[in-house]
Amino acid sequence: MNWSLIFFNSIYTAVSAASAGYCLIAVGLNVHAGYTGLLNFGQAGFAAIGAYALAIPIVEFDWPWWLALFVVFAAGVLFALLLGVPTLRLRADYLAIVTIAAAEIIRIFMRSVRFTWLTGGSDGINGFTKTFEGWNRDYFFGDKTFKFGAQSIDGYRMFMLIVGWTLVAIISFLLWRLMKSPWGRVLRSIREDEDAARSLGKNVFAFKMQSLVLGGVIGSLGGVVFAMQQQSAQSDQFRTNLTFFAYTIVVLGGLARILGPIAGTLVFYFVMQLTDNLLDQATRHETLPTWLVDSGNYAQVKFIVAGIALSLLVIFRPQGIFGDRKEQAFDVR
Amino acid sequence: MSDSTSPATTSPATTDTASGPDYILQANGIRRTFGGLTAVDVEHLQIERNKITALIGPNGAGKTTFFNLLTGFDEPNEGTWKFDGHDMAGVAPHVAARMGMVRTFQLTKALSRMSVMENMLLGASGQRGERFFAGFGNGWKAQERDNVERATALLERFKLGHMREELAGGLSGGQRKLLEMARALMTEPTMVMLDEPMAGVNPALKQSLLEHIKLLRTEGRTVLFVEHDMDMVREISDWVVVMAEGRVIAEGTADAIGADQRVIDAYLGTRHDIDLGDGQ
Repeated sequence: MNWSLIFFNSIYTAVSAASAGYCLIAVGLNVHAGYTGLLNFGQAGFAAIGAYALAIPIVEFDWPWWLALFVVFAAGVLFALLLGVPTLRLRADYLAIVTIAAAEIIRIFMRSVRFTWLTGGSDGINGFTKTFEGWNRDYFFGDKTFKFGAQSIDGYRMFMLIVGWTLVAIISFLLWRLMKSPWGRVLRSIREDEDAARSLGKNVFAFKMQSLVLGGVIGSLGGVVFAMQQQSAQSDQFRTNLTFFAYTIVVLGGLARILGPIAGTLVFYFVMQLTDNLLDQATRHETLPTWLVDSGNYAQVKFIVAGIALSLLVIFRPQGIFGDRKEQAFDVR
Repeated sequence: MSDSTSPATTSPATTDTASGPDYILQANGIRRTFGGLTAVDVEHLQIERNKITALIGPNGAGKTTFFNLLTGFDEPNEGTWKFDGHDMAGVAPHVAARMGMVRTFQLTKALSRMSVMENMLLGASGQRGERFFAGFGNGWKAQERDNVERATALLERFKLGHMREELAGGLSGGQRKLLEMARALMTEPTMVMLDEPMAGVNPALKQSLLEHIKLLRTEGRTVLFVEHDMDMVREISDWVVVMAEGRVIAEGTADAIGADQRVIDAYLGTRHDIDLGDGQ
């Protein structure tokens, strides 16, 4: 077994630019589910909108990158309003139903044959990252390759790694300011009991909407980072399981904690990649019985093993990495 | 409605002002039905300013539903009501609260995973830092300091000062009732509506709760509260309204109400004094 590759590759995956994208998706979800108690099951939809709202204007309409980024913000806000207006006055479960369906609608639309001229269909969209590759070439690493143990990282991925995690840092800092303010206090009061917030004169609907928009736009930025590092927008990467991964990350790190999604992402993708690498190596050398796992099915078995590992983490630390055990005790709803 | 108790009704109203009583809340023809059930059917009710009014009645009389209707948490099928001169039909609950009509809940709504102090600060109205973009800056901090000061004073008054950093979920049932009342006062209401403030509170705490409610009147606020315990009602209320099966069946001073046959009937049934044993 190539232990060095297993080790360095798993660590690299956890801190890669792709993880930074996933992290932002989880940060946005933390605003919804962690701070406000909104059960948004369509965070993958926000991410998909981010990826495509960047890619389509640049590739199909030749718009400059900054205008495309503006489209990302506008589309994220619009999607949040679309989801929120009919559902936020209703009970929490309705938001869950509507968001999970809406995210699937977005994904199916992006990969539909009829709109291939716009979205690239199941091939996705490529070629929208030329400007960013240019920045890397001119101001950063160019074609330089980085060595991280047995893992090698090319210049553009390193550039995106820095861009992605810088964005995570900036957004987390701003969120930290915001959640410490009275605005954040109102969000948490809505999570605890929205009728109590109402009885104290807070416009619950408006706050929920602001929360949905904020977390949604952050999720869209996650989709942007993810598509940028991959140099491609692929609709099938924004399936519902992306939302569930994001939930796992948020719970793992600790709900309603600024550093929660960051720590959660690192642990989640380390465990996932480690399991993947271990099973991959094991099947190559036939260390494990082939009736249990072979090179054909290890990708599925990985989810079983990683699932058990993550379940254990949550069972032994239900409040998550940064959560407060005391708070957990009062979570009776 | 109050013909039998009319000798008593006139006394608290007329002694105050020469121009007649000043009503902060006036409700007319409020009806709320749930399917075939008429939960509330109040023809007329007025609440006098700066008095403590008790709303009593047997279980299922529609007291809490009536509370919900007045505060905007529920909408009546018909009816009009005015609070402080404002027509309140269709007014959202948070707007009603901002207008000075603040309520508490029968099942206490302490925000469990927030500290006692955070619970209090949430009550303060007109907070600059509650606007999204202001939240990023520091512009709200001066106002926050004033609010903390006010909250500290209120917590001291309700004997919760030592609990300020505890999570509200860790308070006892009685302490939560106190916290909810203190938090309601943070909004600086003109009218406080307490839904069963004494439920589940031990006798010693009950006495101090009574004092707190009386103090609200001293501060010039109007209190409307739902209660079952007639001793409590007798001790603090200036006026008692009795509801049964959705209607107001009597009103008057506590003493007059205690002697009212219709009230006794509503609570105990019309034949409560008839012996059903074999002596019949």
